[in-house]
Amino acid sequence: MDLALVVLIQVLYAVASLVIVSAGLAVIFGMMKVINLAHGEFMMLGAYAVIAALKLGINLWIAMFIVAPIAVGLVGVVLERLVIRRLYGRMVDTMLATWGLSLLLVGIVTSVAGNTTAGVSAPLGSFSIGAYSVSGYTLVIIAVAVALSLAIRFVLTRTQLGLIARGTMQKPDMANALGISPSRVYSVTFAVGAALSGLAGGLLAPLTGVVPTMGAAFVAKAFITVIGGGPAILAGLIGASTLFGAINQLATFVTTPVLGEVALLVAAIVMLRLLPQGITGRFFKGSL
Amino acid sequence: MDRRSFIQSSAAALAGTAVPLFPMSAMAADEIVVGSIVDMSGGLDIYGKPMADCMTLAVEEQNAAGGLLGKKIRLATYDPQSNMQLYAQFAQQSALKDKSTVVMGGITSASREVIRPVLTRNKTLYFYNTQYEGGVCDRNTFCTGVTPGQTVAKLIPYAMKKWGKKVYVVAADYNYGQITSQWVKKFVQENGGSVASIDFFPLDVTNFGPTISKIEAAKPDMIVSALVGGAHISFYRQWAAAGLTKKIPLASTTFAGGNEHIVLSQAEADGFLISYNYFQNLDTPQNKAFKERFYKRFGADYPNITELAMGTYQGFKLWAEGVKKAGSLDREKMIAALETGISIDGPSGKVSLDPATHHCVLNVSIAEVRNKQLNIVETFQQQQPVDTSAVCNLVKNPKDNQQYVIKV
Repeated sequence: MDLALVVLIQVLYAVASLVIVSAGLAVIFGMMKVINLAHGEFMMLGAYAVIAALKLGINLWIAMFIVAPIAVGLVGVVLERLVIRRLYGRMVDTMLATWGLSLLLVGIVTSVAGNTTAGVSAPLGSFSIGAYSVSGYTLVIIAVAVALSLAIRFVLTRTQLGLIARGTMQKPDMANALGISPSRVYSVTFAVGAALSGLAGGLLAPLTGVVPTMGAAFVAKAFITVIGGGPAILAGLIGASTLFGAINQLATFVTTPVLGEVALLVAAIVMLRLLPQGITGRFFKGSL
Repeated sequence: MDRRSFIQSSAAALAGTAVPLFPMSAMAADEIVVGSIVDMSGGLDIYGKPMADCMTLAVEEQNAAGGLLGKKIRLATYDPQSNMQLYAQFAQQSALKDKSTVVMGGITSASREVIRPVLTRNKTLYFYNTQYEGGVCDRNTFCTGVTPGQTVAKLIPYAMKKWGKKVYVVAADYNYGQITSQWVKKFVQENGGSVASIDFFPLDVTNFGPTISKIEAAKPDMIVSALVGGAHISFYRQWAAAGLTKKIPLASTTFAGGNEHIVLSQAEADGFLISYNYFQNLDTPQNKAFKERFYKRFGADYPNITELAMGTYQGFKLWAEGVKKAGSLDREKMIAALETGISIDGPSGKVSLDPATHHCVLNVSIAEVRNKQLNIVETFQQQQPVDTSAVCNLVKNPKDNQQYVIKV
């Protein structure tokens, strides 16, 4: 019974971390159709923002929830101005450009921060469930994923900003004719996506070793999740995270970590064979 | 930094990286080229950077002492960026373009197995200076690091006496982790214990939650970790975050090799037991003198001189000793000289080459992590590479050329 509860928490955690890791990409790739191969590096910048903020004596929670997203959001603004905005609508070109950006960001961070592993301990300690202990920070990750999903839903459906953003993504010409500047909307949306990636990196900093190359471990999973999710951003994100996270974690429990990773990829391949448009291509059609 | 100096320094950096690609008539008769291939970027850089620094120091010291055979040594360094394909390419370049006298490098066993055949084919001497899982038997290759027959053989009985007999093993999923965990199993069984499970992890796995719950369910007396690289630090983080550092003790064959004991907080790593040939805290006159020279060169705030860094330094010294003895840069003569069982008095103590295995006889210490320091609790003198010598005899079979996987 204890074990069942622990497994449930671990599965929820796996789902939640996929939601957090993929949210930024869901906005940038899912909404804007920009293939952002620098997504992992945006996360890495978020993690380094936390480390830098801690060195300046800033509280860990403020560093994770405020400094990391704002810092990476600003980087997003700059990169959108300099590079991305010249390439809207040219998917393959953005792929190349963002891949170059990812290499550049790794190089810059390596030369500034050095290439030794950094990191910060997870706050909050642990609590016991019967004979098992679970890190309190696990629950923070789950809570943040829930809050993040609700926030994305709220912004996209209940605010004018969300409405404008969605409208512009669907019909930029029409939005322009109605007096909205698509380029500004794109710019803001990209920055929001980058900020979400930064938040993800900041939140993961206490759980992993922070190195300039850490992004590589996350970018593939984020893409699998977003592509598996399909056209609806939020429903797809949650659906695919739940499916892949649960399969990954349960397979890891039952077999080995190696087979857990394999199971995730096999599940993704089988699913995309059956549902080429992703989960929300067939189910939850027309949802967000 | 203003724009001009930025451009200048970038240009200088670019020119610097280009040097090994265009060796300036490399075979100037008055220099000896030594190739060095270790990862200074990518996932393994935490190991490679200190190794590269120690190599630089060793070469500079040799040159300051007049070089070798009256010639200066030129170090041709390559950074394979933790990418196996680049290892193959750079090994080729080192052997064919630079015409290196000897190539030192490789960190993971996978990278060694990429370099080794390339250098054997091109008749270029190869030194692998990293602690590894043992079993390489190749006349052209010298493995100067410690092997499980030297460290695990001491660490496991010590830890079991202290903590108990039921052991759970977590290891990196490539040949180092696979083979080392078999050695751990062997020594656990020999000491009357049992292995609850051996779990392997790909090098980029960062989520250890399910494993940690599984370990708790198995209720072992201790954990043995052979995890490797930046991503695997997550294990120790999550282990501590789940409150287990205080409940289940941990011994490791790899911990602190990448300065994990400095990255983790005191509470996260205190009490871990590790075993290596070299620790910065070794209290010997040779080590004190070495540390003085090292800090003078690389700054007093250098985080930690790692086992792998010292392996690189001692490997170079052994080779230099061999060249002096051979009086020649001919590969056959160098091998013959190295096979006379030459030794150096290194910072870790006496290190001598075992002719039969091309491995080293050296001291091994066990240390405990306390307050981000590695405190030595016991030192064992002059350990033989018993694992490799059980399968390898290059004196009898000089043509032998493979890595033996020891059946346990």
